[in-house]
Amino acid sequence: MSTEINKFERFEDPGLPAHVLRKTDTDPIAANRAERQVAALFLLSALGTIGTIASYIFIDSKKFIYLPILGDTNAQQLALGTGLAASLFFIGIAAVHWAKTLMPDEEVIAERHEFRSSDEDRADFVSTVKDRAGAAGLGRRSLIKRSMGLSLGLVGLSPLLLLRDLGPLPKNQLATTSWAAGVRLVTDPGNRPIKPSDLEVGAVAQVLPHLPVGTERTLENIGKDAVLLIRLRPEDFNLNAQRLSWTYDGIIAFSKICSHMGCAVALYEQQTKHLLCPCHQSTFDVTRAAKVIFGPSARPLPQLALQLDAEGYLIAKQGFTEPVGPSFWERNSA
Amino acid sequence: MNARRFRRQKFAGPILVVAALLTIGSAFSIASALPSAQKSEVSAQSTLVDEGKQIFLKGCASCHGLNSEGGAVAPSLIGVGAAAVDFQVGTGRMPLANMSQQAMRKAPLYNPTQVAALGAYVSSLAPGPATVDPASLAWERDGNVAQGGELFRTNCAMCHNFAAQGGALSNGKYAPTLMGVEPKHIYEALITGPQSMPKFSDKTITPAEKLSIIKWIKSANAEPAIGGASLGRVGPVTEGLLVWTLGLGLLIGVAVWLASKAR
Repeated sequence: MSTEINKFERFEDPGLPAHVLRKTDTDPIAANRAERQVAALFLLSALGTIGTIASYIFIDSKKFIYLPILGDTNAQQLALGTGLAASLFFIGIAAVHWAKTLMPDEEVIAERHEFRSSDEDRADFVSTVKDRAGAAGLGRRSLIKRSMGLSLGLVGLSPLLLLRDLGPLPKNQLATTSWAAGVRLVTDPGNRPIKPSDLEVGAVAQVLPHLPVGTERTLENIGKDAVLLIRLRPEDFNLNAQRLSWTYDGIIAFSKICSHMGCAVALYEQQTKHLLCPCHQSTFDVTRAAKVIFGPSARPLPQLALQLDAEGYLIAKQGFTEPVGPSFWERNSA
Repeated sequence: MNARRFRRQKFAGPILVVAALLTIGSAFSIASALPSAQKSEVSAQSTLVDEGKQIFLKGCASCHGLNSEGGAVAPSLIGVGAAAVDFQVGTGRMPLANMSQQAMRKAPLYNPTQVAALGAYVSSLAPGPATVDPASLAWERDGNVAQGGELFRTNCAMCHNFAAQGGALSNGKYAPTLMGVEPKHIYEALITGPQSMPKFSDKTITPAEKLSIIKWIKSANAEPAIGGASLGRVGPVTEGLLVWTLGLGLLIGVAVWLASKAR
């Protein structure tokens, strides 16, 4: 019995299932009904088109109507959209319904021919190529042969050249910003310098570095330079001596570029003194030098050291001491 | 004789007290009625403060303390100013409906006169930002929509969403939508920094720039929804949800119908 099971059994190809006639194939009344249905669907499409044209001409483009779920809706736009959708949708529905109910649905088998050409054709092709090549004198005219080789060989070089556009490498651009010792903090937008007295406790300001006159502020620079200035009560800070010396009378500044993926971290919750990144919910504690207290970020936000200049405006004591923003290969993650 | 003396002694005390009170009272009323309007304004102000104090003791003191000194669940109100009161009470956020993460905007419990009285009381404790007079906010005339939009995108959009529709903060807190907020309340929120919101000082965002922000918010508010349902105007999240459920559902239905054999 077991040998019977182990033996390979050949299955007979069952072939196609028997063709089943549709109701429309056998019943003329059903066929006529299907025909009327298809015609009605085409007519609906035609009505849709007419409706589209009519609503374009006759409906006031500024008229709004109230609809239960949609609320106040522009009547003309609604009619145009509905009409156009109907005109296209019903053509499709009619065609499919027509094909499914009335068009022939006999199963047809078309055998695939063999891929290999006949031996005769192949021999013919080879002899033609040899014959023509000899007639063109490729063997004799070596100048053409060599120059052609040169040109075809060189063509391959241009795509290689375009690979250059993948670079150049950013060098140290990822590690540098426009902040440097003595650069004034200015409001964004507005470009006004800021005095400590301009900020009350609990206030924030979005700031950028003051650029020398004539220097354009590029988006690339804003993407690295953006800083958030926050004023707290000095006693709220829980900082080490160095970081505390980077603040000024309760005013502390952090890079706004998230150390996780580079989103702008500016959701400052004044009561909890937390900074929240809107992209992945990294949360930084401002009182502890932007220590990460929640979320995927691996590092605190870089802090900008502050001091006052002779005129009493806030300036940077030095540039950022670490690269701002997300990690990159060459970054020394300290 | 004894009885007469007794009677005299019995009534002399009360009569004396009443007479003295009447004299002092009428003398005080005459004295206080005499001076000019300035003094009566001061007394009107002090009545407003008293009225505010009464409302405060009934409605606010259980959390904020009998002397507004704050408590375990509520901050001190000393120095917050009338503007903060006008914002918190005028938008119905205070008194709180319940102790949740966030005070919600709701129908105000107190009428404008009571709000003004509360504001007068709180600002009598220590000076703070004054209530903003809506008539002085000429945002329609002095505001600049383009400038307001630039300021909004830098300073407000990260919390309140690029279309001022509001957004989530941490631990169930959120930045509310700015649709339908009165201009004076927007201005007061900017200068007082209610709840999670920081303050935006007049030097970093000037009063003129604040008017531009208001004008931008109002123009975003007035933006008509041409296509009807705006799906919260929060962009790809709700739009994608709709397309991936309704749109894809419709396509699946059509595909099933296409592949089914007619009978």
